[in-house]
Amino acid sequence: MPKLSYLKALNRALGDEMAADPDVFVLGEDIRVAASNLTAGLFDRFGADRVLDTPLSEQAFTNFATGAALAGLRPVIEFQIPSLLFLVFEQIANQAHKFSLMTGGQCKVPVTYVVPGSGSRTGWAGQHSDHPYSLFAHVGVKTVVPATPADAYGLLLSAIRDDDPVVVFAPSGALGVREDVDFSTLAPVPLGVGRIARSGSDVTVVALGHLIQDALAVADELAGEGVSVEVFDPRTVYPLDVEGLAASVARTRRLVVIDDSNRSSGFGAEVLAVAAERFDLAAPPRRVTRPDGAVLPFALALDRAVQPGRDQLLAAVRGVLTSGGDR
Amino acid sequence: MTSVDLYRTVRLIRRFEERAIEFVRSGEIVGGIHPYIGEEAVAAGVCAALRPDDLITSTHRGHGHVLAKGVNPARMFAELMGRESGLNKGRGGSMHAADFGLGILGANAIVGAAGSIATGAAWAHRRRGRDVVAVSFFGDGAMNEGMLLEAFNLAALWRVPVLFVCENNGYATTMPVAGAVAGSITGRAKAFGIPAFTIDGQDPEKVLAATTAAAERARAGKGPTFLECLTHRLDAHHTFEHRARLSYRSAEELSAGWSRDPVEIQGARLAAADRAAVDAEVEALLDAAAGIALGSAHPDPAAALEYLYASPEVMR
Ligand SMILES: Cc1ncc(C[n+]2csc(CCOP(=O)(O)OP(=O)(O)O)c2C)c(N)n1
Ligand SMILES: [Mg+2]
Repeated sequence: MPKLSYLKALNRALGDEMAADPDVFVLGEDIRVAASNLTAGLFDRFGADRVLDTPLSEQAFTNFATGAALAGLRPVIEFQIPSLLFLVFEQIANQAHKFSLMTGGQCKVPVTYVVPGSGSRTGWAGQHSDHPYSLFAHVGVKTVVPATPADAYGLLLSAIRDDDPVVVFAPSGALGVREDVDFSTLAPVPLGVGRIARSGSDVTVVALGHLIQDALAVADELAGEGVSVEVFDPRTVYPLDVEGLAASVARTRRLVVIDDSNRSSGFGAEVLAVAAERFDLAAPPRRVTRPDGAVLPFALALDRAVQPGRDQLLAAVRGVLTSGGDR
Repeated sequence: MTSVDLYRTVRLIRRFEERAIEFVRSGEIVGGIHPYIGEEAVAAGVCAALRPDDLITSTHRGHGHVLAKGVNPARMFAELMGRESGLNKGRGGSMHAADFGLGILGANAIVGAAGSIATGAAWAHRRRGRDVVAVSFFGDGAMNEGMLLEAFNLAALWRVPVLFVCENNGYATTMPVAGAVAGSITGRAKAFGIPAFTIDGQDPEKVLAATTAAAERARAGKGPTFLECLTHRLDAHHTFEHRARLSYRSAEELSAGWSRDPVEIQGARLAAADRAAVDAEVEALLDAAAGIALGSAHPDPAAALEYLYASPEVMR
């Protein structure tokens, strides 16, 4: 079977959807030459009106996309840096997201915001290394963080087809992931539906995006010790697949979440809150996150020290297995 | 568009606003409003130059824009009163009136935000082969919002059929233009290669003429035009000011503004009998509109988050 990389999957989804729907167009910085490769080949296929190279005017071109969406198009914006989302937070959270309700349902704003290379980029320091998916979940913007090439393809397709604004985070730690894929099976993946990335019976580990790889590695390691880890990938941060998670936790009754957000008020905190409200757990759940208020420092060892990693996850899983008693 | 039509629009806006202020005082409208009194000629003249399928974006001081674009005053009153029969079903209020059927893409409460939205919408229509023009209204205060200056650049660069209409009423809340704008307002548009004109915003016929030329230019594919309309806000920044009594402009300045009242300027062009007939027509229309609005239902609190998502099926 052919190998498909995560980045190529995003590129393929975008090209397929542009071919299928003439209302879809993409805009962003340096996308004509495909500096990030997300738009590779698309300018030649679709031309300047559908691959719109923009000046460095993020706030205006984000609202421009809202306007184009109000007029019936389906814009996809590529953001070069995750922190550009802070610059356009008003335009997404306060404009695009609010149009439907505030106009009494007169309109829709089907814009997709894609960040190829979210989270730490290894050596790019604090202003390039944020992973603000929790912020968008908090304000109620549909937010996805695919982990695999097939999901990157399928979730981007669903994001573009959805009639609301959707933010798609493509973690830099996942862009290089490759998998064997039968291209004929590539299909939309519904928003808001998680998946079991690995089945297990002793503990549920919730992970997203690039952290799925860490969760699977930890599961492998613990399998050697006779511990059976289930890895649950919600795929969509908002809306969260609470039912899918509940079904997993009903089997394992133990829960750890690994989350590349700052600790306070992050996605991991939300998972734990849901667990506290709804799940019958055998041990207190744990979260592995970036520290409170973290800024990723430049030096590699410092960057790594601030990101949630395998050792912490291993310790957290061991912790929930030994606490609570009735395993 | 006749002189009578223009007079009807400025008079309608004036009387709508005066009645809305009364409804603020009586508590029928909560949250207050930003009255458009004194600036009616801008909305009337601009919208008279537009086709029904042309688009506008409006501002926090936007009642005049949407009335001039043709909204039903009953649905506008109802919106201000937060009723289910309002333009936005009571979900938007004074600063957010939208009527997509009339090309009104919504008033926007964030100063300077809508210029780029109008630019994107106009670009999209042109891409779909329609010769639609979009107008973005904004105040002098918006001229200091970077996002709007970015929009000027995009619009000029891509020759978007959008008109930028700056209502220079001399103040952003209490901040005078002289204290806020370095250089000149039109100079900023000209810096992007956008033709920019300063016009008398108290005379609807002058505004109509300038807008007609700008719209023709846009429809011909020649790109955006910027109109600085010099105008006077003759009432409060917001109705809270009726109680707060902020001091930032003199009584002389205000009375000089009233000497150029757009309702009188346009009214003087009509025979007394015609004018009286329009006035009566407007009162009857607004009497009926207010009655309909006051009699319409309040939204059901159980539906408070209705319309939050256009694709709600993925939400759980
Ligand atoms: C971005 C932004 N900053 C501040 C405000 C608060 N505010 C509302 S109206 C206003 C003054 C706007 O002045 P101008 O653009 O001249 O319009 P005018 O009120 O004079 O019609 C301000 C500061 C806002 N709504 N949005
Ligand atoms: Mg002003």
